[in-house]
Amino acid sequence: MSQESYKNTAVIEASLKKRYAREKRFQWAGRLAVFLGFVFLFLLLFDIVSKGWPAFTQQELLIKLDLSAENLDVPEQPTPEDLQNANYIGAIKSSMRDMFPEVTGRRDKRELYRLLSMGAEFELRDRLLEDPSLLGGEREMWLLAHSEAASYLKGQVTREIPEAERRVSDLQMDWLDSLAAQDRARSSFNTVFFTAGDSREPELAGIRAALMGSMFTLVVTFLLAFPIGVSAAVYLEEFAPRNRLTDLIEININNLAAVPSIVFGLLGLAVFINFFEMPRSAPLVGGIVLALMTLPTIIITSRAALQAVSPSIREAALGVGASHLQAVFHHVLPVAMPGILTGSIIGMAQALGETAPLLMIGMVAFIMEVPGGVTDPSTVLPVQIFLWADSPERGFTEKTSAAIMVLMGFLILMNAFAIYLRKRFELK
Amino acid sequence: MQTPTVLLVLLALCIVSFALGRRRSRQLGAAQGGIHTLHSLPKHYGYLAAMWAALPACVLLLAWLGLEGQVIRGMVIAELPAEVQSMGDSRLGLYYNQVLAYAGGGVDAAMMSPEQLLAAEHYLAFKKSSSLLKLLLVCVVAVVGALLVITRVRPAMRARNQVENIWKWLLFACSFIAVLTTLGIVLSVLFEAVRFFHMIPVTDFIFGLQWSPQIAIRADQVGASGSFGFVPLLVGTLLISLVAMLIAVPVGLMSAIYLSEYASKQFRAVTKPILEILAGVPTVVYGFFAALTVAPFIRGIGESLGLEVASESALAAGLVMGIMIIPFVMSLSDDIINAVPNSLREASLGLGATMNETIRRVLIPAALPGIVGGILLAVSRAIGETMIVVMAAGLSAKLTANPLEAVTTITVQIVTLLVGDQEFDSPKTLAAFALGLVLFFVTLLLNVIALYVVRRYREQYE
Repeated sequence: MSQESYKNTAVIEASLKKRYAREKRFQWAGRLAVFLGFVFLFLLLFDIVSKGWPAFTQQELLIKLDLSAENLDVPEQPTPEDLQNANYIGAIKSSMRDMFPEVTGRRDKRELYRLLSMGAEFELRDRLLEDPSLLGGEREMWLLAHSEAASYLKGQVTREIPEAERRVSDLQMDWLDSLAAQDRARSSFNTVFFTAGDSREPELAGIRAALMGSMFTLVVTFLLAFPIGVSAAVYLEEFAPRNRLTDLIEININNLAAVPSIVFGLLGLAVFINFFEMPRSAPLVGGIVLALMTLPTIIITSRAALQAVSPSIREAALGVGASHLQAVFHHVLPVAMPGILTGSIIGMAQALGETAPLLMIGMVAFIMEVPGGVTDPSTVLPVQIFLWADSPERGFTEKTSAAIMVLMGFLILMNAFAIYLRKRFELK
Repeated sequence: MQTPTVLLVLLALCIVSFALGRRRSRQLGAAQGGIHTLHSLPKHYGYLAAMWAALPACVLLLAWLGLEGQVIRGMVIAELPAEVQSMGDSRLGLYYNQVLAYAGGGVDAAMMSPEQLLAAEHYLAFKKSSSLLKLLLVCVVAVVGALLVITRVRPAMRARNQVENIWKWLLFACSFIAVLTTLGIVLSVLFEAVRFFHMIPVTDFIFGLQWSPQIAIRADQVGASGSFGFVPLLVGTLLISLVAMLIAVPVGLMSAIYLSEYASKQFRAVTKPILEILAGVPTVVYGFFAALTVAPFIRGIGESLGLEVASESALAAGLVMGIMIIPFVMSLSDDIINAVPNSLREASLGLGATMNETIRRVLIPAALPGIVGGILLAVSRAIGETMIVVMAAGLSAKLTANPLEAVTTITVQIVTLLVGDQEFDSPKTLAAFALGLVLFFVTLLLNVIALYVVRRYREQYE
């Protein structure tokens, strides 16, 4: 007997080393998995931030402009209308030629003009309209650089890349170097990015229109999803009888939570746009679709919050003679409100980042104007990101990343607010 | 009258009826010797009056807004000359849209025929009378509703109970919206899909090996109908989902096991929320990451190994989709592993098993149904995911199992078919709805099975 157990111990001891080694390996595999998750997150964020960072600065060139009335093609005492229609592009071109008198060929000249943004003439016009006294004589003025020229000034494009593979030619690089040597190039904070709508020119494109579109859409979503979602949760948690209809509703809510978002887009297209003939590309329809999509999230989290309210509160209210509805609306709901708000904010954050259903209902239009209401054509920030990501120009890559940074910033703010609410709620 | 104006008028009417209802109950109460003789508080009589004013009027307004366009269209078309009416649905629709565009001020009169100008005049006249009628009817319904209550106010009237009943019905209506949404999805998708299957036989769709929905520009061209074989899309979708699962399941499951069984409490408290950030990143961001960073990177590696890698390879899209799903798998498995009773764990450890033996021989077999359910939910998310594949996967439908080639998916095709101009009678547009139908039912099926498995599993240990 004792001989037998001694043998067993020997067998176990002999196997222990192997088993412990295996245990170690298993633990390391777990650590590796967590580490991989971190690596993925870090790579994603690092990639976005490193690509998007340069977009927050813009490059300007100091140009010596000949703003004489003759050069601008306006009378000596111009009316605002004359100034509106003056020949700014010609004035800018001739000034550029004067700055680089050695440039002669047609193609070289065209390359020279491409140092400045297409929007430079409008910038000049706006400045002159604001201050007509600039007219007459030579002025030094900072004008926005073209996005390709800017990418050279920012150091994203270098001379090491073969000339055929970059959009900035060697000649343009020489001119830019000479401008930089004379302190005629500067970089400043990119205000255009936050004040302009979409544009075909990367240096003139901004996210203002998309931001406003996102805001209008989210307002519609919140106004619909929050009251409806909370009411549904209150009904299911407090009033619903246990019967087949209630079961049907609960099954539906659980299934809707897992329906792919693009299917909600199909619903919006077929029902709201084709059948009810609501306007395409409008935040109104986008908001309705996103509200339907976020409803399950809001209902499920609101129900959890209502469940967490101590029954003593409800019973005390009923005990002093409140009706069921009064007990719920005056006592239970206010206590559950922080939890409900937390869930709703998380639902709103989901809606803010959603793209696919909005593509279906036509919010992919090219929008330059900032929308003024919920029925104006508009786009939203994630769709703007999608559109820019598709654009081949190099300048749009950094714009895309910068727009992603703004979007993620909003998402982080919303989630931080939700966490703050939850923490305060827990302290009670 | 614009709809916001109508709503404002309605709001004003509600406030007036609230005040009238409350005053009337107070007067009646005072006549009987104080408001304590009333069944409910005066404000409840007011609420009841306001609700009767608002609710029927709102229903009417919604119905009006929904049907106005259709009715006016019918009336305008009825007055068009006979030869225009007999043009066929799609051309008539185009004709009518031109009328609308002109009436909206978007098109120059020079481009329109005299009949269209006349129709536009009709349209504007109808529109004007419709909006007047709308305001009038809404007001009448609201006033009648309020009067019905105000004239019937008696001290014994159970106003509070009636108000609460109406509230309960409103709450019920709100929760019923979930059912209506499902119904709306099924009907809208099914309706268009059936139209599609009238043009393309169902068997061609399900068993066809060729997907090229690009239809020739001229309708009378030979082979103009395109081919709509669904198999390559399914294979592409499954291929990308498989790659995603190969990333997400090991990493997510091992992280969950490590965090719930090995890690210290502090480590877990810090790590879990950080990894869950991955779940909050919008999918369009993942798409951008996949298309601009991961795909060129994989291509570069492939080229240095002498492999031919497509620039929109299934590998890149699947890899990034896997990263997106990691936190999803992680939190589901975490819940499920934590639901295994401690007694099992402790019994195994007490017999001298190491932690990893306990996990592999006891915990995972016990949690297996739940984990499988969680993985099924993750697969359904991968199949329905849109933006990553739209941005990083290809457009051409290739029947291949090689993850280095470009494949396309169901969701990509839905987006490509529906973004941009569309006619609602070409098979190309309707095909998107047929794909939507498939997508809806596949994900529904996966979810129902998964939820069933998970619930059965939970009940086992509760």
